[in-house]
Amino acid sequence: MTFKRQVDRLPIIPADAVEHNVTCHYCIVGCGYKAYTWDINRQGGTDPKQNKFGVNLAQQQGAETVAWYAPSMYNIVKSDGRDVHLVIKPDVDCAVNSGLGSVRGARMAENHTSQARNTQQQRLTDPMVWRYGEMQPTSWDDALDLVARVTAAVIDEQGEDGLFVSMFDHGGSAGGYENTWGTGKLYFGAMKVKNVRIHNRPAYNSEVHATRDMGVGELNNCYEDAELADTIMVVGANPLEAQTNYFLNHWIPNLRGTSLDKKKAEFPGEPVEQGRIVIVDPRRTPTVAACEAEAGTDRVLHLALEPGTDLVLFNGLLTYIADKGWIDKEFIQNHTVVATASGPQLIARPGAAVPEKDHELTDFTAALAANRTSLADCAKITGLKEADIVKAAEWIASPKAGNKRRRTMIGYEKGLIWGNDNYRTNGALVNIALATGNIGRPGGGVVRLGGHQEGYVRPSDAHVGRPAAYVDKLLIEGRGGVHHIWACDHYKTTLNAMRFKQVYKKRTDMVKDAMNTVPWGDRAAMVAAIMTAIRQGGLFSVDTDIIPTQIGQASHVWLPAAISGEMNLTSMNGERRMRLTQRYMDPPGQAMPDCLIAARLANALERVFRDAGKPGYADQFKGFDWKTEEDAFVDGYTKNANGGQFVSYERLKAMGNNGFHEPAVAFKDGKIVGTKRLYADGKFSTKDGKAKFLAAPWRGWAAPGKADQKAKYAYLINNGRTNIVWQNAFMDQDNDFVMGRMPYPIIEMHPDDMKDLEVSAGDLVEVYNDAGATQAMAYPTPTARRKQTFMLFGFPKGVEGNVVNAGVNELIIPDYKHNWANIRKIASAPAAARGLSFKSTEYKV
Amino acid sequence: MKKCDGLVEAGRRQFLRTAGFSVAGVAAATVMPTPAKAATATARVAYPSSRLANLTELKLDDPVNVAYPDNDSPGILLKLGVKVEGGVGPDGDVVAYSVLCPHKGYPLAYNQSDRTLSCPGHYSRFDVEKAGQEIWGHATQNLAQFVLRVDAKGDIYAEGVDELIYGRLSNVL
Ligand code: SF4
Ligand code: FES
Repeated sequence: MTFKRQVDRLPIIPADAVEHNVTCHYCIVGCGYKAYTWDINRQGGTDPKQNKFGVNLAQQQGAETVAWYAPSMYNIVKSDGRDVHLVIKPDVDCAVNSGLGSVRGARMAENHTSQARNTQQQRLTDPMVWRYGEMQPTSWDDALDLVARVTAAVIDEQGEDGLFVSMFDHGGSAGGYENTWGTGKLYFGAMKVKNVRIHNRPAYNSEVHATRDMGVGELNNCYEDAELADTIMVVGANPLEAQTNYFLNHWIPNLRGTSLDKKKAEFPGEPVEQGRIVIVDPRRTPTVAACEAEAGTDRVLHLALEPGTDLVLFNGLLTYIADKGWIDKEFIQNHTVVATASGPQLIARPGAAVPEKDHELTDFTAALAANRTSLADCAKITGLKEADIVKAAEWIASPKAGNKRRRTMIGYEKGLIWGNDNYRTNGALVNIALATGNIGRPGGGVVRLGGHQEGYVRPSDAHVGRPAAYVDKLLIEGRGGVHHIWACDHYKTTLNAMRFKQVYKKRTDMVKDAMNTVPWGDRAAMVAAIMTAIRQGGLFSVDTDIIPTQIGQASHVWLPAAISGEMNLTSMNGERRMRLTQRYMDPPGQAMPDCLIAARLANALERVFRDAGKPGYADQFKGFDWKTEEDAFVDGYTKNANGGQFVSYERLKAMGNNGFHEPAVAFKDGKIVGTKRLYADGKFSTKDGKAKFLAAPWRGWAAPGKADQKAKYAYLINNGRTNIVWQNAFMDQDNDFVMGRMPYPIIEMHPDDMKDLEVSAGDLVEVYNDAGATQAMAYPTPTARRKQTFMLFGFPKGVEGNVVNAGVNELIIPDYKHNWANIRKIASAPAAARGLSFKSTEYKV
Repeated sequence: MKKCDGLVEAGRRQFLRTAGFSVAGVAAATVMPTPAKAATATARVAYPSSRLANLTELKLDDPVNVAYPDNDSPGILLKLGVKVEGGVGPDGDVVAYSVLCPHKGYPLAYNQSDRTLSCPGHYSRFDVEKAGQEIWGHATQNLAQFVLRVDAKGDIYAEGVDELIYGRLSNVL
């Protein structure tokens, strides 16, 4: 059955409703929204004077009207303890999305907690502790006291290395500058925790070390560049589904040719035309179909290469472009390191195993020599046609009429990041941008497209080292005594997940069993019992999150956090655009912003260490007397971020949903002055300002176990996101509209493969290999390649990570994308899947 | 952490979830409050019964343009030849939908080859054989389907709508 809300009218926003700035707290794009709240007993009217829009709402409104909102944009929530109406609708004046909402962001209101309307009742309202054999509510003081005492006892016995931490490092809902600072100051300031990881990977490391080592920060352009580029090259990304409104509002105008006027104005005297796009992805994504519909197939080049061979393609392109002389010699000479009279530049990669030998960072000539790949070899390894590789090179770099440099923007995301040989592949792509002078200039950039928003400000993480600790492996090996988790759910979003869950459950169960033997009121005996279990291999687990998570089922303490809008929260998007989301409603129950939870935990630790007669160590936990999230912002961002001294809540509020591009460089005429593009002055993020190239020869499969798995199992289990589900569905699992469409994770399969396996649409299949097993719902996909499936990543009712082996690259970056497994039917379509449509998701004209 | 399953609670919530908004009148603050005399509020808007066509006028897979609940709300009426969710008529195969895309209101186009409605605005797609289920797209709701009835003469009437129609904050203006 198709889910219908049966809502046939909505309360009208009255003219005097309170308006708040909101940045969507889901994906990297950070679309602007406005939240309107007004008292429950009032409503606007259809008369223009009675509503916020000043229009006659007794009439049908046209397409793209601002005077309409969907039922998902409405809710009844608490504000200052009172029920209020809430509408959160896209902001037409925001330059990011110009009034567009996506299927994720336009459900923000509905995905808030409402007692009155029964939405998101899964949210945590109280600190919860393992008491009498189940999770029970308690006070903040009680919960934090237990956490502090156990943590202190573990540090006493094992040192700070006994404290394992999993924490978000991003912006948006579970993050933002306030909260990354709060947690960062605790674990990297007061302490120097080394066994730490991030929400989507098993270590505390960059996803894009290579570009950074080369001196090129990964978010270096602005969204407008996608409108200005002659060619967009996109690698391992599906922007229509994963960066939706960036794609719709900035890429599509270029592909449609409607940004031509902008190009003409920006580049006088330069030939400009409708844009082209090169899409590098083994899979035909909905993005490909949309590009073809808009630009025509002759301006879209989909390079469906052999999975994992992107590096070869980039080296082949670089070789061809260089041999043709389509490089930007002046740029290379002035802005990158160059060979000297005594030979090539040889620069060791930071953290290299053998620094005196490992000279991957180098000058253009040396990198080209190392990476040289003939067209024939490139075609052979990537499985692409030579003619298509040549066409891509032409679209990327052949000079335009009048010998003008072609402007190419390069975007990449998880297909590259979670792909084969992350470091070298990333570098090989950045090589192309550097060689063609496409960084820091309009219509250029070589950028991550991003997942979450960003919002990182923390004390130095240098003590973590490089390579960073492989935290999940250490946990499996029985290391650590206490685990603090902040908005991470390893159970859904790690690799080798089946093994991880087995061990994690066992270790935390040991502590639960021990806790069951002691009355709650005897704190000393409780801590002693927990410590005994820890000495025997047990693990004490503390989960700070907004809902009971899957890993949380193993935890002993849950600490309830607030989300964006329930607190003031700052983040930046994929073009470094920083905004403040204003608080417009109350957090549920006793929930608090993460930064304040971290502060109260720091206070508790200070007290416990002082009581234990360790005044010196206790003193390290000073400086957490914040009362509000703004206190944390001032302590963190204002004092530590690049340009932070120009930024305050008040100024951000005045800058509205358009904010400014970080870093701030001044405050002038009542406005924060930002930086539209990085490296516009040609000075890169290196000591001497010169960017470096990367020698990145092809090495085949980089992560251990991939080649073997490929030889042993029949199906590629590629994986990633779909449009409708945000992240690991932590909110969406309680959203009727989403669950009505996606009751189980889909696995796209070619119909002939399904026939071979005797699987019908909607059937549940088991995906199994040497790493583990999981389940998914078969979605027939005629455009899929035979034996190449695509499964939804990180979904609760079928965790793809179960079939990802433990292999990582030399910097502990997983290759989540490349898995091979066998598939078998386990059940015919369950009731929830029977009413589903299994028609093609592709748009055709 | 569990949802409250109490029947009374659930009933109350269901009411608020779907309809409770119209109950409060416009709050006109007066110094001397008089007993409220709001017009009788209904839980749902009152839908007109509109004749859209006669069964004999429908050809298989050939959409007929209609409008419901009024002329400013375009839709299509379709005979599919297979029994479907919400279908009426002797074969349970007659359905009608709003053709205003619930994302930003662009007009949907019918694609006979796979029986879908597709949006030229931003590529959303809806399945007319599955009650307007959004196959893929940006709308946060499935497509508004018109509730149909067929009388003895074969006349097809629209008598309700199951989702909010794009561009109006009340299905009946
Ligand atoms: S595109 Fe991303 S930021 Fe924009 S509304 Fe959708 S989820 Fe939110
Ligand atoms: S208006 Fe239909 S998809 Fe946007």
